[in-house]
Amino acid sequence: MLGADAMIKCLEEEGVEYVFGYPGVAICPFYNSILNSKIKTILIRTEQNAAHAASGLARVTGKVGVCAVTSGPGATNVITGIATAFADSIPLVCITGQVNSELIGSDVFQEADITGAVESFVKYSYLVKDANEIPRIFKEAFYIANSGRKGPVLIDVPIDIQNAAVKKFEYPTEVNLRTYKPTIKGHAVQIKKVIKELSKAERPIICAGGGVLLSGAEKELRAFAEKYKIPVVSTMMGIGVMPTKHPMYYGMVGNNGKPYANRAMNESDLLIMVGARVADRAVSQPDLITENKVLVHIDVDPAEIGKNVGASIPLVGDAKHIFEDFAKEEFSCEHGEWIITLNHYRDTMEKKRKINPDYVDPAAFISMLSEAMEEDAIYVADVGQNQIWSCGYHIVKNGRFLTTGGMGTMGYSIPAAMGAKLACPDRQVVAVCGDGSFQMSMMELATMRQFKVPVKIIVLKNNCLGMVRQYQHFTYQDHYSVVDLSGSPDLEKLAMAYDMKFMRLFTMDGVENAIREFLAQDESVLMECVIDPMDLV
Amino acid sequence: MKKIYSVLVENRSGVLCKVSGLFSRRSFNIDSLAVGETDDPKVSCMTIVSSGDERTLEQIEKQLNKKIDIIKVKTFEETASISRELMLIKVKYNRNNRRDIMETCEILKADIVDMSKNQMIIQICDIPEKITLLINMLQSISIIEVARTGTLALPKCIDTEA
Repeated sequence: MLGADAMIKCLEEEGVEYVFGYPGVAICPFYNSILNSKIKTILIRTEQNAAHAASGLARVTGKVGVCAVTSGPGATNVITGIATAFADSIPLVCITGQVNSELIGSDVFQEADITGAVESFVKYSYLVKDANEIPRIFKEAFYIANSGRKGPVLIDVPIDIQNAAVKKFEYPTEVNLRTYKPTIKGHAVQIKKVIKELSKAERPIICAGGGVLLSGAEKELRAFAEKYKIPVVSTMMGIGVMPTKHPMYYGMVGNNGKPYANRAMNESDLLIMVGARVADRAVSQPDLITENKVLVHIDVDPAEIGKNVGASIPLVGDAKHIFEDFAKEEFSCEHGEWIITLNHYRDTMEKKRKINPDYVDPAAFISMLSEAMEEDAIYVADVGQNQIWSCGYHIVKNGRFLTTGGMGTMGYSIPAAMGAKLACPDRQVVAVCGDGSFQMSMMELATMRQFKVPVKIIVLKNNCLGMVRQYQHFTYQDHYSVVDLSGSPDLEKLAMAYDMKFMRLFTMDGVENAIREFLAQDESVLMECVIDPMDLV
Repeated sequence: MKKIYSVLVENRSGVLCKVSGLFSRRSFNIDSLAVGETDDPKVSCMTIVSSGDERTLEQIEKQLNKKIDIIKVKTFEETASISRELMLIKVKYNRNNRRDIMETCEILKADIVDMSKNQMIIQICDIPEKITLLINMLQSISIIEVARTGTLALPKCIDTEA
């Protein structure tokens, strides 16, 4: 057995179904061995998207997403995808080929110090120096990626190691890392403290972040909030923890969030922040969430607690375990007036939009689209104005809302939607992007066609980089710089080139029928919605 | 505020880079850094002295603990620890100031470990303040070069039960 065979065997042991990647000489032994396996390979059209596709798969399955690329430029191209996964704590194992181990350091063809380059974007990285170490390293890598605070792990394998003989393949059943023991269960004393505060609180609120989804704690959190009538708001990464129309849900917080969600969070007297980093976009003024209130901060990563804001009750642990423990406590809390106040805020504080009837209104369109989508549909938003409208107007039922909140990487939606669709072929998957972000990943239309991945794509077309244009409108008084996208291709012709069904909407006329037709298709569809270039989120 | 971090790490290639990279990436200060093997050749000990506000110092500890190659992070205040630093300092001397230099060395318990007709190397092993003091005292004569180890520290001894 060769090192490359051992690598494939490890992936099989981990139950990997798909490998997203792009070959080159340095990873060829791996791609040669994979032909003897049931693992399916998806030839993505640029390496960055291999990581995004793996991320989409990981987010909807809870399993580790895997990508494999070659050395040098293949490895450096995947960095943005790794960094995106790192910022959103998505479990990935990224395998990179490397030049012959004896030549490392001599700057030979397609050599890049990838473990050095990704150091600040990975949870851990390995440079394999002995083929016999492959089983242990892979076992550890999958464990590290998908435990504690999840994240990407990179394994760099020199070509001679992939071609070296492995004496005996034995996949370890356990991981023994003395330096890595994440805290999963919350401290009992801290849990009691939280419950005590909850029973005293007059205006409690839960702010759910992406960590709740990563730990699979939606059900537990929802049940707890329902039982004790505790209102819930979420960060962008936390969208989907509660169905949008749930009576206890009060929207997304942050500078792009709902005004009533921010007001609710700021006026609370007990704020339970769970699986959220308290980063600048969600909480632009950290002092407002500590003033006159008890702040409980729950996170599996102890370093997040106290990083951006000081918590009154820090609670380290996995959200699912902690909400299970909360559920075991008996207590009562009364705050009917608080709920009435918040309902009033929710009914009266919705931002009014100025609508131009000559175009498709993205907000109304997204609402109508998501209403028409299936109960468990997966909606992938890209980055830019489309993302903010998606956050504001997409209605989550019992499906998923995927986007890159941490890194804000344009071009994420199409590859991530592909990964999600491959993992869940029976679920409806829709990617919504702008014409800027679409063009960052439009090469993947070929991948969709080749591997028959029927992702549905909406392009909100305004012929400019809307989010930056909007920023320049406010910050530089309409002094627009480098935001004009007028050279963009005719999407109808482009769709034709890729054998894709195409639809176009100019105004809101006939939107309902168009959406119905769009969603009814079995294969992939590209729908262009022409929106007002001057629109603001 | 100053804090000393005694960090036990896996003795592997690239670990020093990961630790120093963490400090630069999050703009934490490194006042001094000393690395050496421990009694277990698989484990190295890094002694890092850093300064910053309370939150930063706490973040340093937490971020260090996240690194998978780091086995254990101990922190202590300067007052609760025994800390030492070794310095070699090469100075230019002449007949007029030779006596003065020797007296200064005697007072500060420093040794002259090498000399030529007009240069000498002084060695001192003491707490960081004394090292700075010696540098200040020698500033008036000409210092040629200085090499310091950075602070090494261990927490003070305590009485443990049998």
